Amino acid sequence: MSQPRVREIVTPEGVPVRFVVARAGDRLGAFAIDGFIIVAASVVLLLVAVPAAAALPGAAAAIALVAFFLLRNFYFTYFECRTGTTPGKRLVGLRVIDAHGGMLTAEAVFARNLMREIELFLPLVALLAPEALAPDVPAWLRLPCLAWLLVFALLPFFNGDRLRVGDLVGGTLVVRRPEVILRHDLSATTPTARGPEPALLAFTAEQLDLYGITQLQLLEKVLRDAYRNRDALAPVADRIQRKIGWMAPAGRPVEAEEFLRAFYNAQRTRLEQRLLLGERRQEKRAGRLSRRP
Amino acid sequence: MNSVSFRREREATWVELELLVARIEKEGLPALPPDDVGRLPVLYRATLSSLSVARAISLDANLLAYLEALAARAYVVTYGVKRSPVDAAVRLLRHDFPAAVRAARMKVALSALLLALGVVTGGMLTTRDPSRFYALVSESSAQGRGPSSSTEELRNVLYHRPSAASLLSAFAMFLFTHNALVGMTCFATGFAAGVPTILLLFQNGLMLGAFAALYTERGLALEFWAWILPHGITELLAVVLCGAAGLALADALLHPGRHTRRRALALQGRAAAVIVIGSVAMFLLAGLVEGIFRQVVQGVHVRLLVALLSAVAWPLYFLRSPAAAGSP
Repeated sequence: MSQPRVREIVTPEGVPVRFVVARAGDRLGAFAIDGFIIVAASVVLLLVAVPAAAALPGAAAAIALVAFFLLRNFYFTYFECRTGTTPGKRLVGLRVIDAHGGMLTAEAVFARNLMREIELFLPLVALLAPEALAPDVPAWLRLPCLAWLLVFALLPFFNGDRLRVGDLVGGTLVVRRPEVILRHDLSATTPTARGPEPALLAFTAEQLDLYGITQLQLLEKVLRDAYRNRDALAPVADRIQRKIGWMAPAGRPVEAEEFLRAFYNAQRTRLEQRLLLGERRQEKRAGRLSRRP
Repeated sequence: MNSVSFRREREATWVELELLVARIEKEGLPALPPDDVGRLPVLYRATLSSLSVARAISLDANLLAYLEALAARAYVVTYGVKRSPVDAAVRLLRHDFPAAVRAARMKVALSALLLALGVVTGGMLTTRDPSRFYALVSESSAQGRGPSSSTEELRNVLYHRPSAASLLSAFAMFLFTHNALVGMTCFATGFAAGVPTILLLFQNGLMLGAFAALYTERGLALEFWAWILPHGITELLAVVLCGAAGLALADALLHPGRHTRRRALALQGRAAAVIVIGSVAMFLLAGLVEGIFRQVVQGVHVRLLVALLSAVAWPLYFLRSPAAAGSP
């Protein structure tokens, strides 16, 4: 699977916020759900309209036709105006946002959905019933017509942001709804409760200057799932201890997890201090320190 | 540690915002009590500032990802569409639609010119050689009318009085949905550099011109215009406006000016979409007049009076309606 594409949107407050652009498959899935809802609603409408048409010929059929028209053309507009998603998009976890960081306006929603006519319905008609589109064209003219319409329909596959024509005209972007659960702060639960006196697991500035942010956050990942990663803890601890030349205090064995948590705290404190001073060290340094008891 | 105490101080705000955002995502902003709505911008800004601070001082990857996601979700609900679709429609018809039309007046003029060119061409061609009528008007639009029809048949169409039920169905089926689709296509195909838009405008003009020539030849000119203009002025104007919207798209694409093409397209596209939505409402009105009024009222003078009224009313509406108060 390819790396998700991230777009940075600068909010009106001037803070850049990152969004993950929706993948083509997600959007297709959302559209399939919405399409199914539209078709299902049309069938229900038909089931109501047919008996009604027997009682009230003409009028019922007319109302049903207008209802079909509104359903087909304004289903998306209505839902996107209200919440920025449609039922299908909501199920898949997608949202429509303004591509330039402003407010998603009703006009933008109107614009992006009006374009559906040339993106979807015209190519579909051209594929299924070309004679309905242009009755008297010679057969060879249909091919370029078809190709031209398909270019519009397939546009999302030719740009990284998966923009369809409607998104271009409306200035919108479809993104994944971000969802991250806030977990406890690893540094807030220092091992003082069950661990040794912190002094015993102290590190020198020299030892803490070897690793960078990438390694710190990798260690965070390992520790957040310490139970699932329990087999990996000892080798990780061992590698770190060898690199920074650390040895357990005499007469007191230190468990791998205990060491790693203490090291994470110390390393994070150190790197955050450097960050405040304007030094953002991303990667580790080569080499290792010799062991000193 | 700075980042630990930072989180301890701010965490309550984030959790409150997270719950609020989850509720808005589920129920929509209007469903919320006013107090909660008032909390949203406060919590949103506080969290954005937390995000900025966290980026500067914290290396807790989970915390950063969480704040990033929460800020993004809160941004979406804070800057999402706030008006209900009904409010948006009312505002659009009262302010935005006439304003957008005024702003695009050069394109409206060009679009009208193209249509008029079609009418004149179609009329001249058909007058010279009536059999060309068949080339200009498709069978479904002609509905059996043509140079071979008798004058009596042609006149009957003008004064046809169907039953009440089929009135409404005729209105709904053909007139409104078909015309609205033609209008929307006129707009949407503007994306293809406007070529199909121009063709569609011209072709619609050709068709009207051919019909006019046919009826004029039989001495039914006045009655024909009395038949077509009461709804036709509204309908043709709507077609012209949709064409202008399509031309605006083409213009943005071909002449983006100082903006990038993408930005120009988005800017013009929104204004043009307003015009198209307003035009759909005009098609609805035209459909009502065509489907009901025209079948009920048979007098030529009354029909012409209505045509005249609409010819006066639309310019007044577009030129005199007040500009929108405040920003959208």
